[in-house]
Amino acid sequence: MPDSVPMNDASAPLEDPQEGMSRRAFVAMGTALVGAVYGAAIGYPVYRYLSTPARRAASAAAVTQVDLPGADKLEIGSAMMFKFGTKPALLIHHKDDTWVALDAVCTHLGCTVQFEPEQDRIYCACHGGVYDPRTGENVAGPPPKPLTKFNVEVSDGQVVVRRA
Amino acid sequence: MDKSSSAVRNSGLVASAYTWLDERLGLDEIIAFARHKTVPQHKHSFWYYWGGISLFFFIVQCLTGVLLLVYYRPGPEAYDSVRQITYDIEFGWLIRSAHSWSANLMVLAVFVHMFSVYLMKAYRKPREFGWWSGLGLLGIVMVFGFSGYLLPMDELAYFATKVGLEIPASMPVIGPFIADLLRGGPEVNEITIQRFFALHVVVLPALFLPLLMFHLWLVQKHGNAVPPSEEEKPEALRRSMPFFPNFLAKDLAMWLIALNALALLASLFPWDLGPQADALSPAPVGIHPEWYFMSQFQVLKVFGRWFPGMTGELLGIGMFTIAGVVWGLIPLYDRDSKLAMRARIATWIGFAAIAGLILLTIWGYAEV
Ligand code: HEM
Ligand code: FES
Repeated sequence: MPDSVPMNDASAPLEDPQEGMSRRAFVAMGTALVGAVYGAAIGYPVYRYLSTPARRAASAAAVTQVDLPGADKLEIGSAMMFKFGTKPALLIHHKDDTWVALDAVCTHLGCTVQFEPEQDRIYCACHGGVYDPRTGENVAGPPPKPLTKFNVEVSDGQVVVRRA
Repeated sequence: MDKSSSAVRNSGLVASAYTWLDERLGLDEIIAFARHKTVPQHKHSFWYYWGGISLFFFIVQCLTGVLLLVYYRPGPEAYDSVRQITYDIEFGWLIRSAHSWSANLMVLAVFVHMFSVYLMKAYRKPREFGWWSGLGLLGIVMVFGFSGYLLPMDELAYFATKVGLEIPASMPVIGPFIADLLRGGPEVNEITIQRFFALHVVVLPALFLPLLMFHLWLVQKHGNAVPPSEEEKPEALRRSMPFFPNFLAKDLAMWLIALNALALLASLFPWDLGPQADALSPAPVGIHPEWYFMSQFQVLKVFGRWFPGMTGELLGIGMFTIAGVVWGLIPLYDRDSKLAMRARIATWIGFAAIAGLILLTIWGYAEV
């Protein structure tokens, strides 16, 4: 391209071909460095922007205690769902008047489990996982681990659930 | 073939990958097409960058727009969601500010680009379609700006849209129907937001992108026009550089400057969010449209003052329509440098248009 006006032409003949190479490498490295700085300066705010809800959820999930006003009226032999942080959880009032609170997220692939009073079991409809409704132990089906158990404190007018 | 691409071809793996792709996609043809254009070098070369700068801001609009889309909710929650983006989501204020600033800079760049190609007489044969598609792009850009302005639904957005839609409404016979269609009823409300939203993020990009491709393809095909002062010089005295990669590298350097300017403006002067629009509260004093609608706004205002009733509006709209048609037909009038008289008149019209727009805009701001 003889008719062109060279602009910073790195391929222009230099006295020392060795030096020509290193100059080209230097320019390439500088460009990459500046590019990385700009990439980070743009990428960081964009990442913070997009991940704000995830960070908020993480701090919401960090709760250690949930108060359930009126839950002490829960009928014997029945259960209710509530939110512990961001996740569903299960409060069961057993027939023998004991209270149990369990994480309601199946340890297999994350479906929400349900309490079946007639069969006195916790069942996951997705792949037929079964848990013990008093201990949270995984007793049948695919679940690999027990459901996490919470501490329950029943008082007049409310139930308080705490991370064990 | 220059050194860099033959070097690419010689280095083993890269070479075979290139050949594999080239045999299937015809990369050589694409590169040849990119290389065939040269950019003239002369004292007005600076103006060749403005199309590229417009393009840069358009790309910024696409990227920041998608980011805003992540949290923006049209309809009754619109204001709330913008409030959330501005004050609640981390760096949301910056994304929003960048989108608003870049929108204004883009309109500015497009105007500079248009007037510079006008004065270089780049609309002459064979570039007429470049001119017309460019005018189409400008029209779409202004509708982008108008529709986007309503989306936060703060006080300013609300009244600017209300007033702006009075312009189509004042057209004879069909005016009221068109205004009702745009508003989705007699009032500007959440229904209006919803349809402006559809316009802003779906319809306008769908129209803009193919037109932009057409425009850029034409530029690549015909190359840049040289201004008349350069055309007079003998061939031997004219200089040029290949578009690819030399001018492209300079284009990218310009983009870097544009990026830095945008970053400074967006972070040092964060875009404001006014109080929520309230249909029952009176319009705030000094309400006025965005600067690029100011000249039209001012003409309507002044004509409304001079002529009774709707006559003023009608005359104003008529004037702008005629000016637009003349502006569009210029390539058919000023066809050839041999028609010296026409060339001079066209240049004069160009300067008159620039001066007129600037004066009307200043006048408009002086009166708010
Ligand atoms: C929205 C935005 C637009 C974009 C992104 C855009 C982009 C470009 C680019 C990248 C170029 C090549 C570089 C240059 O000559 O500056 C160009 C050339 C051109 N544009 Fe645009 N443009 C836009 C709007 C317009 C408008 C509004 C007009 C005029 C009505 C226009 C008319 C032209 C013409 C005639 C050329 C050829 C210039 C020459 O050959 O010297 N463009 N455009
Ligand atoms: S997800 Fe519960 S058994 Fe598979």
